[in-house]
Amino acid sequence: MELIPKIPVAEWVSSFTDWVTDTFEPLFDFIKNDFGDFIEMFAEDWLMNIPIWLFIVVVGVIAFFISGKKLGLTAFSVVGLWFISNQELWEELMNTFTLVIFASLISVVIGVPFGIWMAKSRTVEKILTPILDFMQTMPAFVYLIPAVAFFSIGMVPGVAASVIFATPPTVRFTNLGIRQVSHELIEASDSFGTTNTQKLFKVQLPMAKKTIMAGINQTVMLALSMVVIASMIGAKGLGQTVITGLQRADVGTGFVAGLGIVILAIIIDRFTQNLNTQRGE
Amino acid sequence: MPIIQVENLSKIFGKQAKKATKYLDEGLSKEEILEKTGNTVGVNRASFNVEEGEIFVIMGLSGSGKSTLVRLVNRLIEPTEGSVYIDGQDLAKMDSKSLREVRREKLSMVFQRFALFPHRTILENAEFGLEVQGIDKEERQKKARESLEMVGLGGYINQFPSQLSGGMQQRVGLARALANDPEILLMDEAFSALDPLIRKEMQDELLELQESMQKTILFITHDLDEALRIGDRIALMKDGKIVQIGTPEEILVNPANDYVEKFVEDVDRSKVLTAEHIMKRPETVDIEKHGPRTALERMRKEGLSSIYVTDAKRKLHGYVMADDVAEAVKNDKKDLKDIMRTDILKVEKDTSMAEIFNLIHDAPVPVAVVENDRLQGIIVRGAVIAALAGNEVNLNGIDS
Repeated sequence: MELIPKIPVAEWVSSFTDWVTDTFEPLFDFIKNDFGDFIEMFAEDWLMNIPIWLFIVVVGVIAFFISGKKLGLTAFSVVGLWFISNQELWEELMNTFTLVIFASLISVVIGVPFGIWMAKSRTVEKILTPILDFMQTMPAFVYLIPAVAFFSIGMVPGVAASVIFATPPTVRFTNLGIRQVSHELIEASDSFGTTNTQKLFKVQLPMAKKTIMAGINQTVMLALSMVVIASMIGAKGLGQTVITGLQRADVGTGFVAGLGIVILAIIIDRFTQNLNTQRGE
Repeated sequence: MPIIQVENLSKIFGKQAKKATKYLDEGLSKEEILEKTGNTVGVNRASFNVEEGEIFVIMGLSGSGKSTLVRLVNRLIEPTEGSVYIDGQDLAKMDSKSLREVRREKLSMVFQRFALFPHRTILENAEFGLEVQGIDKEERQKKARESLEMVGLGGYINQFPSQLSGGMQQRVGLARALANDPEILLMDEAFSALDPLIRKEMQDELLELQESMQKTILFITHDLDEALRIGDRIALMKDGKIVQIGTPEEILVNPANDYVEKFVEDVDRSKVLTAEHIMKRPETVDIEKHGPRTALERMRKEGLSSIYVTDAKRKLHGYVMADDVAEAVKNDKKDLKDIMRTDILKVEKDTSMAEIFNLIHDAPVPVAVVENDRLQGIIVRGAVIAALAGNEVNLNGIDS
């Protein structure tokens, strides 16, 4: 055993990260500054400027209609949001919401095309599957380190780490959804002379919609679960309050902020699930 | 020129296609090739032509390669060897763009399990082919509506496939294929998933539609009765090979080998065989030239109890009974017309045996087979029974 010295994997990864940081500095700076400003503007200038009562009413009305005019989700959303504002956690909620929205959007924008590519090629599927496994099983904390190296601290590295952690379900489910479309339907599509693009947009994606949406739901939930972890590198929001509670051994504060995350999670989950309907069923 | 020409078309499933084709040329069987190479012979050097406006049925049991064959015709499956000419163009050598063109304009397919798009309404399903061609919405919806109306589904355009019964879903499948107005319709076991009553109804409708459409139809089935019912010609497949091509009658009457013979053994012949197949050359007397004496003599010679009376142009006038003729001879009457009976049982050449059976069971004299009132042959009770039992029948009836 002694014959083989310790392989300097850690050094390699570090120097690789340094190289990436140096090489792509302008890009990272651009993302850090301009994208960071945009996120901040979205959270502080837009979301936080909406009167709380108006925000709650709008969410309540949307909940009422997407849940098929049932009162359960509506009541839960209204009461839950009111509770968070009552606990003086509204700004934190808006920041967390912003982080989840951006992380999820970017994950979907990256994830769906990769899922499609994976569905179209066996080779791509073989290459991507272990990478996705790696992304999901690597402890999420680890992503914080390069995120900080690339984007220093704040919302942007939080979003970046969340994207890495939350993208895999969208990729996997998109791939699965497209592959699940029955062979006969693909043959039917081909027999009418569709191009690959027509087949994708007229048959495969509409048929896979339900599965893809389930993947997106997972992605959103994973992004939300990164909220607390991302707050360790300065992402604002409910997670930060949890961390503060932890550092001060203040159970009460931590619990209330945690409860806020749970309420947000349930609302987002039910919203995305209710939007997931397939035509013709 | 035939609209579809298939020449030496083969499909080997597996990685050693070259080796397997060589074995095929050496005449090895499907099993031997599977054992030697691990490859499956899907279709083994099939050749046939389909003429314009014809319903050509490819018939075989499951695993005989018929579904593979139809997919080779529109190249949903890539052929290993051979050619498929559609309107003289070799599909097997086309680039993907020209292939798409041919599929859009000339070939439409109807699938066994309908293959409707569940997320699209009936109308959207029917317009799919036209949508793919980039035809604008108004026009393609108009055509799709017409095509849905043709199959009797005009009132369902906004429903989804899952809301329709199997029979109705397949009508949508048919309407979707017809909306393109293709020259050729490929129907892969199109009615096999339907229950027997609906299946028969769909067969009738297809035949009815075909009378006005005059499309070329390549129809795949495992059901021999269906093949015999709708096919103008039938190709019988076994182990990827075409064993016989012929009209339904030819296949029933002259099976090419033991396999075909065994296959057609249980067919309900009464629906397939017609008067033409079982009629005999008739003995007749001429109404102008012959008198009772000649009639009696002929009947005695042939052992008949009645004989048909025609004129020089074989036009059927009636028949005379032996008893009456004997009576006339005794009374020295000269004219057949006096004793001729005219309550003749007449059938056409293409009358099915099932109908003849109903006529003949209490007929006192053989049934006359006529064409434009001219006597072509006669059918005796024994011939009907023999034919139903599957005994030899003469294909041409009379050899005049």
